[in-house]
Amino acid sequence: MSQHAVRPTPASPTPPGGHLLEVRDLHVEFRTGEGLAKVINGVSYHLDPGETLAVLGESGSGKSVTAQAVMGILDTPPAHISSGEIRYQGQDLLGLPEAQRRQIRGRDIAMIFQDALSALNPVFPVGWQIGETLRQRLGMSRADARRRSVELMDLVQIPAASERLGDYPHQFSGGMRQRVMIAMALAMEPKVLIADEPTTALDVTVQAQIMDLLADLRRDLDMAMILITHDLGVVADVADRIAVMYAGRIVEHADVRSLYRAPAHPYTKGLLDSIPRLDQRGGKLSTIRGLPPNLMRIPSGCPFHPRCPYVQQVCVDVVPHDLVLDDGRTSACHFAQEVRDDRVS
Amino acid sequence: MTASASSTRVRGETILDVNHVVKHFPITQGVLFQKKVGAVKAVDGVSFQLRRGETLGIVGESGCGKSTLARLLMRLEKPTAGRATLAGQDLFAASGGELRRIRRNMQMVMQDPYTSLNPRMTVGDIIGEPFEIHPEAAPKGSRQRRVQELLDVVGLNPEHINRYPHQFSGGQRQRIGIARALALRPEVIVCDEPVSALDVSIQAQVINLLEELQDELGLSYIFIAHDLSVVRHISDRVAVMYLGRIVEIGTEDEIYDRATHPYTQALLSAAPVPDPDARDHRTIIRLRGDVPSPADPPSGCHFRTRCWKAQEICAIQDPQAVLRAADPHPSACHFAELRPTAT
Repeated sequence: MSQHAVRPTPASPTPPGGHLLEVRDLHVEFRTGEGLAKVINGVSYHLDPGETLAVLGESGSGKSVTAQAVMGILDTPPAHISSGEIRYQGQDLLGLPEAQRRQIRGRDIAMIFQDALSALNPVFPVGWQIGETLRQRLGMSRADARRRSVELMDLVQIPAASERLGDYPHQFSGGMRQRVMIAMALAMEPKVLIADEPTTALDVTVQAQIMDLLADLRRDLDMAMILITHDLGVVADVADRIAVMYAGRIVEHADVRSLYRAPAHPYTKGLLDSIPRLDQRGGKLSTIRGLPPNLMRIPSGCPFHPRCPYVQQVCVDVVPHDLVLDDGRTSACHFAQEVRDDRVS
Repeated sequence: MTASASSTRVRGETILDVNHVVKHFPITQGVLFQKKVGAVKAVDGVSFQLRRGETLGIVGESGCGKSTLARLLMRLEKPTAGRATLAGQDLFAASGGELRRIRRNMQMVMQDPYTSLNPRMTVGDIIGEPFEIHPEAAPKGSRQRRVQELLDVVGLNPEHINRYPHQFSGGQRQRIGIARALALRPEVIVCDEPVSALDVSIQAQVINLLEELQDELGLSYIFIAHDLSVVRHISDRVAVMYLGRIVEIGTEDEIYDRATHPYTQALLSAAPVPDPDARDHRTIIRLRGDVPSPADPPSGCHFRTRCWKAQEICAIQDPQAVLRAADPHPSACHFAELRPTAT
C-alpha cells in the first residue's frame, strides 16, 4: 500500500472500443451582465452501456449544467459552450445541426428532472403527455399511443394505469408524478437516462421506491444512467462510479467503494466527514471551512485551496492536473496520494 | 465527548408541556354562504414534554403536520383543541401583553433563509427588530452593541451590521436567522427544517453552531426535520409523526436502535446510508403507496393502509402511544415489536 504509481495524464484516456457517451474537456461559461462566470472548466467523463455514473456536487458545482450540455438544452444565451466535445457512440454531438441533435435527444438520451410538477404540462392529461412522444416520433395512431402509454405506466408501477390516463399532473402525488416523468423518458427506450436529482423533492420512503424503480428499469432495459445528486447516501446505494465536482471541475473520479473507503481529494474527504450518520450518535461534526467560490472569481491554482486543510504554497500557484492513482482513480489534488493514504493507514 | 454532556442535559424539568393539541383546517364549499364540508386534520391530538436544555427532534414525511405543530406552538395558528404550557404559563389562553411576554421566551428559526429575511432591511435592523417589539429587552442606547454581540455569537463579522441579506450566502443567512431568534434571550427555540435548504458542507457548520449555542446558553430546541441522520445527530429525544399524530417517541437510542412502531422501522430502513458496503446487507422495508390524505385519514390506526402487520383490530381500535412490552417507550401500535433483523 505504500508505493503507488502516480502519473499525470494529459486528458482522459480512451479505450480502443470507445465509450457509449463521452464528455471531453468541456468548458461552459455564462455571459451575464455582471461578468463572465466560468461554470464548467474542463469536465471529462465517460459512460459505458449498462452502468451508473453518479455526478456529485453542491449547488453551483456545475453538475446540472454539464448534463444540460449533454442533452443540448442549455439556455443560450447566457450559457455558451466555449470548447470541448460530447461524443455519443463516437459522434460529436456539438457539431451536429439541431435537427439531428433532436433525433438523439429523447430517443437515445433522455432526462428526468427534480421537480416533476414543473416539468409536466399542467393543462394536458398525463396519458396524452406520455403518448405525445410516441405520436410525434413513431407516428403512432392515437389508439396505439394510448395502449403503449398504459404499458409504460404499468412499467413504472403506477396502479390502475388505464384509469389514470386521463388525470392531470396535479391529481398525482409527488412520487407518482415522478413515475409519470420516468414513463415519458422511457417512451423511446433510451440507451442513456440522465436523472437530475430525481428524488430530492421526495420523502425518504417514496425516495426508496423511486430509486428501486430506476435500478430495476436500468437493469431490465439495459440502460446506462447518469445520476446527478448532492446526496452522499443515495449515491452509495446505486452508483458504480462517482465523479465529484467542485467549481466546475471533476476533482475526484473513482469507483464507489474505494471513494467511500478512502477519498483521495480533500474536498471529498471533507464532505464525507461532515455528514451526520444515521448509525452514529452525536459529537461535533467536522466541517469544511469557508464557502464555495464565486464562479466569476475562481481562486488561483487549485480552486479548493482557500478551504483546504492541507493547503501548501504549490496549491495557490499551480492548477493541479488529474493524477491517476494505481487503482485507476483520478484526483485533481497535488497531494492525492497522501490524502488517500492518510485515511487508509 | 459531548455524548456524556447530552445525557446529563436530559434530566431537566419540563419547560414546555403540550397536551392533546389538535388543529383542523376547515374545507369549505360555496362562495357567499360558506359551509364546512370537511376538515384537514393537520395535527390530530399531539402530546409531548420538552425539558430544559434538551433537544426534541420531530421527524416525519411531508404532510404529517410537523410544521403546523411548530406554527401552533408559536401561536401563528389557533389550535382547534388542546392545551400547552410554557414554563407554567398557558400558551393558548394568553392574549395581548401576556402573549407578547410569553413569546419572548420562545422564538423560531425558519427553513428558508432566502425568504424569511426582509430584503429591504439591513442585518442590523433584522436582528434588532425584536427589540422594537420588546423595548424592555434592551435599552435603546445599547441595541447596536447587542446586535453586534449577536452577530459575533453566531460567527458573523460584527462590522457587517449595515449589509443587506443578499450580500450573504445561504449558510450566513441562516446564521442571521439564528441571531434574530436569540435576540430576546429565549429559553426555547423552535427550528423548522433549519438546515434542509443548505449544502452539505454548510449544513454541518450550522448544526455545530446550534449545538454550541445550546451548551453555552442552556437553550431547549424543538428540532423539526425530515432528515433522519441530522435529527439523530442533534436530538436527545425524538418524536416520529405520521398523519397528524405522534406514533412513537423516545430517546435517541430508543427510536434509532430499538424502534417498535412499523412506520418508524420503515422510515429508518429507507434512509440512504452513505456506505456502499452496506448496500448488500441492508434490508429496506418497502411501504406500499403514499401517505393518505389528512382530510380523510383511515379509521383506527392511521398507518394501517400501508402497514404489513395490519389486522382487523387496527381498523377498529385506535392504538395509543403507551409503553409497550417490546421496549419500554411509547409506541402507538397494537403489534409493537423490535425489528427482528435489526442489528
